Amino acid sequence: MDLIVQGLAGALERVARLDPDVMAAASASLAVSGTATLLSVLLGVPLGVVVGLARFRGRGLVLSLTNTGMAFPPVVVGLFVVVAIWRSGPLGGLDALCTREAMIAAQFILAFPTVLGLTAIALQGMDPMLRTQIAALGATRLQAGWLLAREAQLPLLTAAMAGFGAVISEVGASVMTGCNLKDDTRILTTAILLESNKGQFDVAFALSFILLAIVFAINAVTTWAQQRKRPL
Amino acid sequence: MTLLEAEGLAVERAGRTVVGVDRLALGEGETLVLLGPNGAGKTTLLLALASLLPARGTLRWRGEPITSGLAYRRRIAVVFQRPLLLDRSVQENAELGLALRGVGRAERARRVREALGALGVAHLASRHARHLSGGEAQRVSIARAIAVDPEVLFLDEPFGGLDAPTREALTADLARILRGRAAGTVLVTHDRDEALSLGDRVAVIIRGSVRQDDRADTVFAMPADPEVAAFVGVDNVLPAHVIASTEDLTVLSVAGCTIEVAAVPPGGDDFPLLCVRPDDIVLTLGEDTGSARNALPSTVVRCEPIGRRVRVILDSGFPLVAHVTVTSAREMGLAPGQEVTASFKATVPHLLPRHRARPV
Repeated sequence: MDLIVQGLAGALERVARLDPDVMAAASASLAVSGTATLLSVLLGVPLGVVVGLARFRGRGLVLSLTNTGMAFPPVVVGLFVVVAIWRSGPLGGLDALCTREAMIAAQFILAFPTVLGLTAIALQGMDPMLRTQIAALGATRLQAGWLLAREAQLPLLTAAMAGFGAVISEVGASVMTGCNLKDDTRILTTAILLESNKGQFDVAFALSFILLAIVFAINAVTTWAQQRKRPL
Repeated sequence: MTLLEAEGLAVERAGRTVVGVDRLALGEGETLVLLGPNGAGKTTLLLALASLLPARGTLRWRGEPITSGLAYRRRIAVVFQRPLLLDRSVQENAELGLALRGVGRAERARRVREALGALGVAHLASRHARHLSGGEAQRVSIARAIAVDPEVLFLDEPFGGLDAPTREALTADLARILRGRAAGTVLVTHDRDEALSLGDRVAVIIRGSVRQDDRADTVFAMPADPEVAAFVGVDNVLPAHVIASTEDLTVLSVAGCTIEVAAVPPGGDDFPLLCVRPDDIVLTLGEDTGSARNALPSTVVRCEPIGRRVRVILDSGFPLVAHVTVTSAREMGLAPGQEVTASFKATVPHLLPRHRARPV
């Protein structure tokens, strides 16, 4: 019990004085996971709109693969990325092992299916008469996709947040691809792992508080946006 | 000039033809009403005519086959039963069709101001769509449609979800707007009053087929077959046989009662069906002293209130249905067993062939 109390007290003290190590890990986390999520949204939302609205051969397979991707174990993704960028691997020439870019790639692979899948579900679940109305207004397919995506902005925000949530709290892929280098690839989760292994529970607690605060803030924003709007 | 023409139009679902229309045309400035019971295929036909549903057959625009669905849809506008507004302001919603057509901001603002004004909702322009009442939202939906100045306006039961006062006000406004337009209108409804007040022509759709396509007053006065007759409110469709016939008068027997009709039996049929609208039958206590040629001594079987009228089922030697106002029913003291005279003029009935071939 003393350990927890001391840990909490130390955590608050580090957070209060903006401990450089803690702040470095927090900013690295936001940078890596934020970039991976942004890329997932840029690619996953348009593809999700297409998969959600279009009817084409192999659509069922795409959805199955996407759903499978949503349950990818992070360590397996980390392993595949490490093998790909290993010196003798197919992307070995990039010399990307133990870099933030490698971490972003791994986190992108984790977030992308979530964003794509939830976007497709959101678009698929929209009122089919709204699609008909938009077509009747003279929209091209591109215009219709854009208008429907705008109408589904709340589920799309949830999709983006789910993607971010999936990667901000993962540790397996990040520690394997980023190597947990201080002031570079050390992010909140890998730092928590390291500090708790060292018995530095106050630091681990401080990092955990920040991680929880980020996750809470994301959920608070999403909940606020959801409650602000009521359906037409 | 024919604006839109459908030929051999068929919509299939699960291998079954749910709508099949040999030919249907819409003239310039004309309001065509697609009238029929629920589930008859009216909306499906409207969606097919608006090129919003895959269908077999040919759609022609001013005589030319439609090859580009998008180009065609940019000539038309559709209003559905639900307003289907997007999650944005009234102004942005009303501008949408114009924006999709690439119309400039200033022109959009001008046309939307006019359209919202015509529907009496200009004061709501800055309000968010989700803060509108059902009637206001439907007015915005119609304004969005007319803002693009469509050459054909498709209306799919646009008053269906509204309360009676809102519905009446909006019907009157829409009738005024339609009268001032040169373009064509296709209106889907199951409401006979709406069809009569707004339609120039009425196509009666039953089980996916156009059973009658004619001037609105003709359809209501002279339905083409018993099912159309039943749907347009002709409750009395009676088997008759011809006793005598001249050029302008036919004497018929219905269950032994003689009835004179100022019409010729269709196709020289000696056993036609006699159609009489309940609204065209006058009930009087005692013997009829009016000028009607047909006066049938009848007994009231039962009275059924239907809104502001009463449906009176009579035994006139055969079952006969008449409508009277609630006030008339009260003043006459109509009750089962009461003796009355049911009268109607010889010009009122319409004759149908008994075995009319129905379209497939």
